[in-house]
Amino acid sequence: MTAAPAIVPLPYSPEEVASALGRSWKKTLAAMYRWMALGRALDARMQGLQRQGRVGFYGAATGHEAVSVAAGLVTRREDWILPGLREQLVALVRGHPLGTYAHHLFADDKDPARGRNMPCHPSAADVHYVSMSSVIGTQISHAVGVAYAMRARKSPGVALAFFGDGATSANDFHAGLNLAAVWNLPVVFCCVNNQWAISLPVERQSAVATLASKSAAYGLPGQRLDGTDVIAVYRGLGEALRDARAGKGPKLLEFLVYRMTPHSSSDDPGRYQPKDWGARAAASDPFLRLASWMSEHGLLDEGSRTQIGAAVEEEVRAAVRQAEETSAPVPSSLTEDVYAPSASENSPAGAARGT
Amino acid sequence: MTELTLVQAVNRGLQQAMRDDGDVLVLGEDVGLNGGVFRATEGLLKEFGEERVLDTPLSETGIIGTAIGMALYGLKPVAEIQFLDFIYPAFDQIVSELAKFRYRSGGQYPCHVVIRSPYGGGIKGGLYHSQSTEAYFCHTAGLKVVIPSTPADAKGLLLTAIHDEDPVMFLEPKRIYRSVTGEVPDGDERVPFGRARLVREGTDVSVFAYGAMIPVVTEAANALAAEGISSEVIDLRTLVPLDEAAILASVEKTGRAVVVHEAARFCGFGGELAALLAEKAFFSLKAPVTRVTGYDTPFPYALENLYLPNVERVSHAVRTTARAG
Ligand SMILES: Cc1ncc(C[n+]2csc(CCOP(=O)(O)OP(=O)(O)O)c2C)c(N)n1
Ligand SMILES: [Mg+2]
Repeated sequence: MTAAPAIVPLPYSPEEVASALGRSWKKTLAAMYRWMALGRALDARMQGLQRQGRVGFYGAATGHEAVSVAAGLVTRREDWILPGLREQLVALVRGHPLGTYAHHLFADDKDPARGRNMPCHPSAADVHYVSMSSVIGTQISHAVGVAYAMRARKSPGVALAFFGDGATSANDFHAGLNLAAVWNLPVVFCCVNNQWAISLPVERQSAVATLASKSAAYGLPGQRLDGTDVIAVYRGLGEALRDARAGKGPKLLEFLVYRMTPHSSSDDPGRYQPKDWGARAAASDPFLRLASWMSEHGLLDEGSRTQIGAAVEEEVRAAVRQAEETSAPVPSSLTEDVYAPSASENSPAGAARGT
Repeated sequence: MTELTLVQAVNRGLQQAMRDDGDVLVLGEDVGLNGGVFRATEGLLKEFGEERVLDTPLSETGIIGTAIGMALYGLKPVAEIQFLDFIYPAFDQIVSELAKFRYRSGGQYPCHVVIRSPYGGGIKGGLYHSQSTEAYFCHTAGLKVVIPSTPADAKGLLLTAIHDEDPVMFLEPKRIYRSVTGEVPDGDERVPFGRARLVREGTDVSVFAYGAMIPVVTEAANALAAEGISSEVIDLRTLVPLDEAAILASVEKTGRAVVVHEAARFCGFGGELAALLAEKAFFSLKAPVTRVTGYDTPFPYALENLYLPNVERVSHAVRTTARAG
């Protein structure tokens, strides 16, 4: 039996936190805590439901919450999110209803995307969270086009592309960074380096010392940040957004985090992760790092922790309940929202007509 | 009306759309200062400026990926891929992203991009400047696939493509970019999708083709008329959507069909047409459906004229089909 590892403390005085988060810093901290708690509750519940066979798939973001929550809070309404697999919390923080997201996870009739994508691939136009494919990296170039259009339309928005360490080897990482730099566009490239691409450790993904340093090859600034430190993410991303909005061009941010769960519900990390990984990851748990800093500075007591924990669990439970009570998408939706002229014949309805 | 070559008509179509709609922009390699390697975008940079005529870095996935992002935000990008042979770095963006965005977002993110690309052989371009791979795109739900063969259609179909709501693959037969000229209506005159063009009326055999094969097939049909064989030549113009009604009506009349394309035969578009006729015109057919196509090899350089269907091969097939049974 090893004792629970000590949590790496957040290295800030209250004054420093106040200067990073602005005047209503205590409210922002409370919001950060609550959203991270919700992310945890959602991941725990969904992983459990997946094991019971009640949802088909789940890609947890445990360990990534500081990045998503800070991004959700520090972005503005007019910004667009081009997400990777683990950014759903960004959509929720930006105001996409948890209930709607649950409909997506259960791929039911009330999913705005009508159950067409695997779980964890929501489409949330209400908060400019763009539908993602499962293809690693393609969204990086989309962010460049969105940013181009923002500038053409004179919108003050910034396009944020999220992707993992694995995606830095994909075609569109190269294409997207290059184009954004050449055209000096308002894009922030957010590489969430959780140190694994399924089973491949980041050292074998790339020989560079930091993924952020890859920006030099394209002529844009790059910066590595501690992605388990929600204050650092909020401040660093906030600066990058401010610069992008001011016309200073794109930036590559690398957020170093620990993937605290299997890659997805179909993965067994026991086959490839070193034995001490879990302990190292736990020491940098972004949620506990924030919680212990807040407790230490008198901003969170045991009572409110318990109360918030219970509240978010109930929120998740209610959303799940509603989704589980909703029926599957109607068969006729199979042939909608796509240009496929022969689909009217070559579909279950067409087959029934004998054509 | 103005007499134009096919490539000039493409240029006028782009110019018309850009004049009428400030959201339309073009991007691609060498499309700005150079006016495109085939001059399809000549003059556009001067008229519309570099915000709307973008010389991109050499990155097909970047061109299409960026165009997708622009379209998501509401612009109407027309991307040029310099040769269809070089589209494969962007194949992922086209097939995985562009074609599926509207479906996978439940209609939240329609994604209207027009991709223009010169395709096909007959210009001594060898393996990588000659291919005719329209079938890849026809096989992907969500894309429309358009191939003009006349200047008027090049402009009219391009305008329809730009004002459509779905992604369109607009494939231009570069072999006849300049060899074909014709009267082109001025202004925003659109040619609708899904309607084949009757090139030549006939009674004995229906010949279906598109793109650079139309002049070849027409010449063959004229020659066969002297032998007393009356061919009906139909230019499909849009492969997706396909004008099934026109195809079936023609075969119900003639009872015989020849399909001509320069793409390889195996799993080519002609196979789809043959299947369509087998399913829906079986009892009208008096002879086997015949295909005249490129060979099932990579596209050769030295033997290009052997590879491409020519007047002799088409004539032979039509004659044989006319006499069969
Ligand atoms: C182009 C492509 N290749 C392979 C896969 C299968 N796959 C899914 S996730 C993944 C690893 C991704 O790693 P990373 O980019 O670091 O993101 P993470 O999952 O760690 O957040 C792989 C190989 C894919 N989805 N897309
Ligand atoms: Mg990773």
